[in-house]
Amino acid sequence: MIQTVARAGLPVDELQEIRKMRIEPLRGGNGKRISIVTGIHGDELEGQYVCYRLSGYLKEHRECLRGMVDIYPALNPFGIDSITRGIPAFDLDMNRIFPGNTEGDMNEYLAAEIIRDIEGSDLVLDIHASNIFLTEVPQIRINELHQDRLVPYAKEANVDFIWVHGASTVLESTFAHSLNIRNTPTLVVEMGVGMRITKEYGEQLFAGIIHLMKLLDIWDGEDYPVRRPVISSGYDDVCFLNASSSGIFLKNRNHGAMLKKDDLIGTIVNPLSGEVIDEIKSPADGWLFTIREYPVVSEGSLMGRVLRKEVYDTGKGEEADHGKKDTV
Amino acid sequence: MEKRTLFEIKALYRDDFRITGFSFGKGEKAACIVGSMRGNENQQLYCCSQLIRKLKALEEQGGIREGKEILVVPCVNPYSMNIKKRFWSIDNTDINRMFPGYSEGETTQRIAGGLFEAIQDYSYGIQFASFYMPGHFVPHIRVMKTGFEDVEAARKFGFPYVVLHTPRPFDTTTLNYNWQVWETKAFSVYTTTTEQVDKDSARHAVESVLSFLEKEGILDYHGFEGYVSKVVSTEEMVTVRTKTAGFLEGKVKAGEHVRRGELLACIVDCYEGTIIEEIHAPVEGTVLFAHAEARAYQNTAVYKLIPEKEDW
Repeated sequence: MIQTVARAGLPVDELQEIRKMRIEPLRGGNGKRISIVTGIHGDELEGQYVCYRLSGYLKEHRECLRGMVDIYPALNPFGIDSITRGIPAFDLDMNRIFPGNTEGDMNEYLAAEIIRDIEGSDLVLDIHASNIFLTEVPQIRINELHQDRLVPYAKEANVDFIWVHGASTVLESTFAHSLNIRNTPTLVVEMGVGMRITKEYGEQLFAGIIHLMKLLDIWDGEDYPVRRPVISSGYDDVCFLNASSSGIFLKNRNHGAMLKKDDLIGTIVNPLSGEVIDEIKSPADGWLFTIREYPVVSEGSLMGRVLRKEVYDTGKGEEADHGKKDTV
Repeated sequence: MEKRTLFEIKALYRDDFRITGFSFGKGEKAACIVGSMRGNENQQLYCCSQLIRKLKALEEQGGIREGKEILVVPCVNPYSMNIKKRFWSIDNTDINRMFPGYSEGETTQRIAGGLFEAIQDYSYGIQFASFYMPGHFVPHIRVMKTGFEDVEAARKFGFPYVVLHTPRPFDTTTLNYNWQVWETKAFSVYTTTTEQVDKDSARHAVESVLSFLEKEGILDYHGFEGYVSKVVSTEEMVTVRTKTAGFLEGKVKAGEHVRRGELLACIVDCYEGTIIEEIHAPVEGTVLFAHAEARAYQNTAVYKLIPEKEDW
């Protein structure tokens, strides 16, 4: 059943509505609830496929549901509709206004209503897609403040990587942080690239969500096997690669590639002069889990991230299947 | 006056990105003034241009005190100004959400880091700032409550109001906040406008800054005496919001005194032209901010009032 979570009147003949699909068991149910959320950033579309798959599949198999599933495909409908990352007309990053304020402006009000609606879920997945500049392997990012509670869930989500990162004051205004401090466990998924849909990743996460629902006793149907993720929580586990010059990036390796130190990841070239300005090389043996996708780069642009091999080897089991398509 | 490049990035097709500073006097780092940081901050850039003009003349007359240096950075983001984009040209990030910056980080982190390295260690930091919503302000000084704020110094600008602001999580990456963390006494100057240049307001702001520098022993200057500032915290302000959406017909302007119950604005139906909401003042007070767009969304903060108090 489609439900309206929040609405606000617009000046010219339009109502803004945040909607969700609630799928409930055929009879009764155990009161448990999982919430699947995406579209905070209007240019991140990978979650659209996951919502589509879940909504269709679960409605067909309601007899296997023991708890509720809430699916929120578009927290920022204006952004999705206008290919805008933030909230159009306000030039505002929606993931910096949570937990919102019911007495605040329209966006703060909508944010507050969203939190009110989702709070109390047994688990929330907030699906992102990096941005238009970077491609990511399917991963879950966890603020170190919440790792004890969230890592056990994340391990079952069928992602390739769990990245526990440091706390930062500015992140306190994110959707996930606002729910986690309200005792509603919320996982942030990053996968694929902005403005595109990678069906393979969508299927991978779909399977992970069904598996999590099984563990939470929300789902009584077929289970899916999940892969064991690499887990990183050390400050120096990840090497960041930044452009030393402005130019056009031509990549040589894809995300997921296993690299040796000094392997060429790509080049930055000047089309005007025909010269190679810079070579982006791996600073260490490791796993390329992020790669620059958008070719135009400025000095300082993030070109990729490499997880050190020793961390990858420690955290990875035998069923590794990364790095299959590792060259362009 | 010495003109120097504070930070530079080589570009592929555009001219190099440069942050230019203008320094006056020699000696200890006494005061740094920063202008536009976003591509729409024309008023903030204009204020700095007028300040540079005045300081240049003052320096030629020997008006900068011995052993004091003043640095003015009129524009932090010429790239965005020149293409009329508010935030960074490629990734739409806001430089004023990147402080203290990081020299090994992404582009706007590097810009913030490069600028911050050049402008920290000054005793006083003054930023001509803008509000995220379009509208008109009563000129005021805004100070963030960090534990290092100096309200008495803020009064010396002679603005009608000093607004004390409690930082929210996203404020912790602004220039003002980080200046204070690194022990520069920081003040944000809000003039009346952002995109439109208001010459009178800019002249007032420049006079206030010069007057402040004179009171702090950095300049010899005889000009604007200013007001005895009232100090008000953001928590004390009363925000007046719309309940409906439509054309906004404002009835009062920033700076006006309003009585409780007075009509502030009407919301007019965009199709039928009828008044669908009357907005009245919930308290007696002074209008600090008045929204200035043709249309308003539901729940828009159209006015911010400073309530009347007997014990100013």
